[in-house]
Amino acid sequence: MTKFVELASDISVLLSKYAGAYFGGIWKTLALALVATAIGCVIGYLCGVLQTIPHTKSDSAVKRFFLALIRVVIRIYVEVFRGTPMVLQAVFIYYALPYFSGNALRFDNIWVAGILVVSINTGAYMAETVRGGIISIDPGQTEGAKAIGMNHFQTMLYVIMPQVTRNILPQIGNNYIINVKDTSVMFIIGFSEFFAVHRAVVGATYKYFPSATIEMAGYLCMTLIASFILRWIEHKLDGADNYTLVENDTLTMSAGTYSYDGEGESDESRERIRQSLKHGRSRGER
Amino acid sequence: MSENILEIRHLSKSFGSHEVLRDIDFTVSSGDVTSIIGASGSGKSTLLRCINLLEQPTSGEILFHGKDVVSGAVNNAAYRAKVGMVFQSFNLFNNMTVLDNCIVGQTKVLKKGKDESRSNAMRYLEKVGMTPYINARPRQLSGGQKQRVAIARALAMEPEVLLFDEPTSALDPEMVGEVLAVMRDLAREGMTMLVVTHEMAFARDVSNHVVYMAEGVIAEEGEPKELFANPKNERTREFLSRFLENN
Repeated sequence: MTKFVELASDISVLLSKYAGAYFGGIWKTLALALVATAIGCVIGYLCGVLQTIPHTKSDSAVKRFFLALIRVVIRIYVEVFRGTPMVLQAVFIYYALPYFSGNALRFDNIWVAGILVVSINTGAYMAETVRGGIISIDPGQTEGAKAIGMNHFQTMLYVIMPQVTRNILPQIGNNYIINVKDTSVMFIIGFSEFFAVHRAVVGATYKYFPSATIEMAGYLCMTLIASFILRWIEHKLDGADNYTLVENDTLTMSAGTYSYDGEGESDESRERIRQSLKHGRSRGER
Repeated sequence: MSENILEIRHLSKSFGSHEVLRDIDFTVSSGDVTSIIGASGSGKSTLLRCINLLEQPTSGEILFHGKDVVSGAVNNAAYRAKVGMVFQSFNLFNNMTVLDNCIVGQTKVLKKGKDESRSNAMRYLEKVGMTPYINARPRQLSGGQKQRVAIARALAMEPEVLLFDEPTSALDPEMVGEVLAVMRDLAREGMTMLVVTHEMAFARDVSNHVVYMAEGVIAEEGEPKELFANPKNERTREFLSRFLENN
């Protein structure tokens, strides 16, 4: 018990001294993870759309060659950046620039380097996630869009991607949470995020466990809030559970339609009907 | 003499070594309601999908106002915008409301304004009796309702021909009526339609031209009264008698 009291006092000492540093680290971690996940998603969507451009034997040889080239390049990108550790990718990319330019060029801004590395890494995973998402959509959706004259990019933009996004949102959330945690390896190129603060603090105070406890709580808070927000977004994307009829349907000959008319109802009775529809107790007059 | 909209010339389609369509030849003129009947697997749906270029024909020509659309000389998307299609499985956009389903093609493909698209969509939704449901999403509708929205979506593009691929085959019997009623009204208004169907009564009473397909070829075609009353081909007779027994 006394140990816990000691821990609490150690933590409060650390916080009173280094709270600013810890919060600065949290802010940097969140910003890096958020921006990099967003850019990674863009990369992933682009790869997904480019990979699924339809190609038939009747297309010209040039077009088929370019489409094949695109697919090969994306394949290589995905395999390389999915198949190597991010800590190594960070070093690899960070030192590639000065090496090839004979030290003339380097990453002056650590943010640019950090965002670049994490985005490219996330993009490789997202490319596969988006591809899987596209495959999972019923081909009828594509045919429906084609039948009203949409081209590939319109079909993707207006019909397929909104549905893919809904379906892969849990995976985007996964990637974001993984990025919140895994950006901790970016200390290797000198990016001072949340975990780097821990290294700095214990270097000065030797309070390893209390600082680690703060870090644990901090990371958990960040990921829990992210989970919560993602669930909320998913719910929003699903749209309303029910709908209001605008007037009576004259053609329906089948049972099970609601003759409920949303006009002029009080909020209370509307809510009652909404509840009863939701729980399926009453299906309205027939 | 009404204008020829679609001319199918020597159309063939193979999936690998399997020949689904062989040397199909027929013409659709403006105002025609053509029913394509035949047993399952006779190539009816494939023919319709070839006409809309959802399947690439192996050989032959499809002339739309005299221009071949198979060779790639005409932009596929632009051609499809003028040839509407209603599917057996509805294929409404699941991420949109009923109203948006009918608007999106007009604003994005035809580049019409928002207000014009909306009033257009409302007009066609009214025609199919679906205005009460404009805020609903496809998953909240019954099969018959979905199919009526799908028809409104196709109509909102103001196509020159409307293709129906077994529009009532996925529906419960009591919902078939509401969809057929809509189609009958369209036929009466002079819409050019090409309907793959198992509804023999519809083929007989509504269409002015019936094509009977068997094993990838057109076995017989002609006026519905003539073809139903007095089929010349042995297989047509057998097919029709089987249907008449069932109904």
